[in-house]
Amino acid sequence: MIAGIDPVVLIASLMAASTPILLAALGELVAERSGVLNLGVEGMMITGAICGFIVAVHTGSPFLGFVAAAAGGAALALLFAFLTQVLLSNQVATGLAATLFGLGLSSLMGQGYSGIKPPPTANVPFGPLAHLPVLGPILFSHDWVLYFSLALVVGTWAFLKYTRAGLVLRAVGENHDAAHALGYRVRLIRTLALAHGGACAGLGGAYLSLVRVPQWTEGITAGAGWIALAIVVFASWRPGRVLLGAYIFGGVSVLQLRLQAAGIAIPVQILSMAPYLITILVLVVMSARRGRAAIGAPAALGRVFHASD
Amino acid sequence: MKDTELLAVEGITKAYPGVVANSDVSFRIREGEVHSLLGENGAGKSTLVKMIYGLVKPDSGRMRLRGAAYEPKEPREARSSGVAMVFQHFSLFEALNVAENVALGMENPPAQRALAERIRTVSEDYGLPLDPNRLVGDLSAGERQRVEIIRCLLQDPKLLIMDEPTSVLTPQEVEILFKTLRQLSSEGTAILYISHKLEEIRDLCDGATILRRGKVVATCTPREKTARELAELMVGETLTPPARGEKVPGDVALDVVGLSVASPNPFGTSLQNVHMRVRKGEILGIAGVAGNGQDELLLALSGEIPTDRDAVKIAGRGVGDQGPNARRLAGLVAAPEERLGHAAAPDMSLTENALLSGAVRKGLVRHGMIDWASARSFAEGVVKDFDVRTPGVGTAARALSGGNLQKFVIGRELSQDPTVIVVNQPTWGVDAAAAASIRQALIDRAAAGAAVVVISQDLDELLEIADNFCALNGGRLSAPRPVQGLTVDEIGLMMGGAHGMEVAHAHA
Repeated sequence: MIAGIDPVVLIASLMAASTPILLAALGELVAERSGVLNLGVEGMMITGAICGFIVAVHTGSPFLGFVAAAAGGAALALLFAFLTQVLLSNQVATGLAATLFGLGLSSLMGQGYSGIKPPPTANVPFGPLAHLPVLGPILFSHDWVLYFSLALVVGTWAFLKYTRAGLVLRAVGENHDAAHALGYRVRLIRTLALAHGGACAGLGGAYLSLVRVPQWTEGITAGAGWIALAIVVFASWRPGRVLLGAYIFGGVSVLQLRLQAAGIAIPVQILSMAPYLITILVLVVMSARRGRAAIGAPAALGRVFHASD
Repeated sequence: MKDTELLAVEGITKAYPGVVANSDVSFRIREGEVHSLLGENGAGKSTLVKMIYGLVKPDSGRMRLRGAAYEPKEPREARSSGVAMVFQHFSLFEALNVAENVALGMENPPAQRALAERIRTVSEDYGLPLDPNRLVGDLSAGERQRVEIIRCLLQDPKLLIMDEPTSVLTPQEVEILFKTLRQLSSEGTAILYISHKLEEIRDLCDGATILRRGKVVATCTPREKTARELAELMVGETLTPPARGEKVPGDVALDVVGLSVASPNPFGTSLQNVHMRVRKGEILGIAGVAGNGQDELLLALSGEIPTDRDAVKIAGRGVGDQGPNARRLAGLVAAPEERLGHAAAPDMSLTENALLSGAVRKGLVRHGMIDWASARSFAEGVVKDFDVRTPGVGTAARALSGGNLQKFVIGRELSQDPTVIVVNQPTWGVDAAAAASIRQALIDRAAAGAAVVVISQDLDELLEIADNFCALNGGRLSAPRPVQGLTVDEIGLMMGGAHGMEVAHAHA
């Protein structure tokens, strides 16, 4: 115990704190590996947060809420895909616009939902396992979305590494002209990747409004989408490192709150910025090896594809 | 020789806005035949093979494959009918390994481990050894081409299309490629071979179809024609080789001592301890297979990558730590390989592009203000002197054809009265007539006392215009040799031989 902080509780709560960012970052990772830079993650997260909240409140089912959140995020992502893949608009500008649009739309949709409590999302019942010392609180007392996010880490990794579809997706992100010449449908693949990314961001947003907070407030994501974007880059586009980055960020966020509560003699401002600083530092050190191959940035990232070129 | 028809192309026409790429083109290929499509850049060869491979749809006309109607809507369909293609600009993914690249070009690839095994077997059967687990980004150009060929061979093609396959190979690698192609042809695979290297075609091909401006102008057996006859059929006029007079080399104008530069590109080649000395009036030709440090050498000489002050000296003065404008002031001009985006800003007008490079030496900027009148007349002078075909100097660089833009870019540099000229691939993708005029301009500048460094992958070009010859191989520059008396074998060895390819053929 350090300053009255129980490490077991700390780890258990950091996992929950990291889940929104982890989900959003995993979705963005797939989109970026297909070669699209989607800066609208923040907007898709918050759209998911409000869609999930509204549906969960009206149906009383958090599960339906999460489904609606994924659909909401994916819908905004498909709009982004239509603009960037069909109308060939600039990805950076369109992404920023999508974020602003998402923030505005969610605050409009959220009128009248402040102060309402959503139906609680129960922990997965592991029976006696949850009462094990140390392991119980860390491994066996979370809700299903958290387990889903961990499964998604493994799933994303296996998809990219072992499946044909994953190989085609990476190829499209690496060299879209060559992929086109071989007969792959670059725009369709990118649209699907974007929809997946939007759905993941929506889930992450709903995890905030339905589990973490849990209620609706405007601007509830508070920049989590941007952190997810940064984590994808510093994690060298690898799912395992995204998990690490998200958990470091979540961990330091939780720790600094506890330290503030414990009245440690460090200025609050420094504690508040610690999660951003430490996450980026750790990931920069890890990706500091030389060469693009080691960094792993998809070579066609952010480049507009047009079949006639 | 087999006589059954494999592919027949009948009356194919394809028009793009403003240009007819193919007009009523017909020809046929027999089973196992090596057939060549000959023509200058822009003659419509690439469009034609893209239609055979299903990437482009013809406006009218028909194709038959083994007697049956053949209308591929996409490459997938062409591949399943037994047509495979090796692209001119490699369609490879640098960050993926060899086996993954091969799998992407197949319809139903086996599991990675089984595929790796098949790649090993097939590549050794055809004398093209390849390690399936290596990253393509780390391979040489010759090895990359092997990846493409193996990818095609694994699908047992009936027709293999090769678009300018030898432009990136050393002479020895070309020999090995030809052995492989002859082996394939004797096994019954027909090959459609696109090139404008005439000696190669006479050496390899059984038949040839010659295209000029989208039309078939002749069909012949290349062995029965001389290279000169073929060239004149292609161009439609008689060609005059560049003339050069006697000259006496002067003082050392460019002196490079122990130049080592790390490549800015992760898959690039770093320069290691490069020495060269070019005198006034001399043309130094630097050969090498693409990706052996040519781009880096140009960047280090032009000043885009700074080095130690004394690693690069112009007329005895160290300029290694100075940028491009300071070097231009000292008399060195450079024209990089990439025309759009490096040599010229695509969306800016020719005047603006002329200004960007010519401002320093031509005094086009005074007290921070642009002298547009002089800039325009400078650009107009370049357009006139170098026969650049453009509606006017206000046209965006992007709108010019490759050959015309190349003439403009080279002309812009040569019109600045330079004392040292560095060019990389000065005639790449330029038609024969324009190439000849660019070469003549370089020779004329040298005759007027400039020191000229020509980096090129076109050996014939270097042998035609250079006085001395050296080769870049893995970022190292060989010692210069006088061009006279140099044999092709010696050149091949200077360029790095065949990268260990002979070994496999000894077993085959």
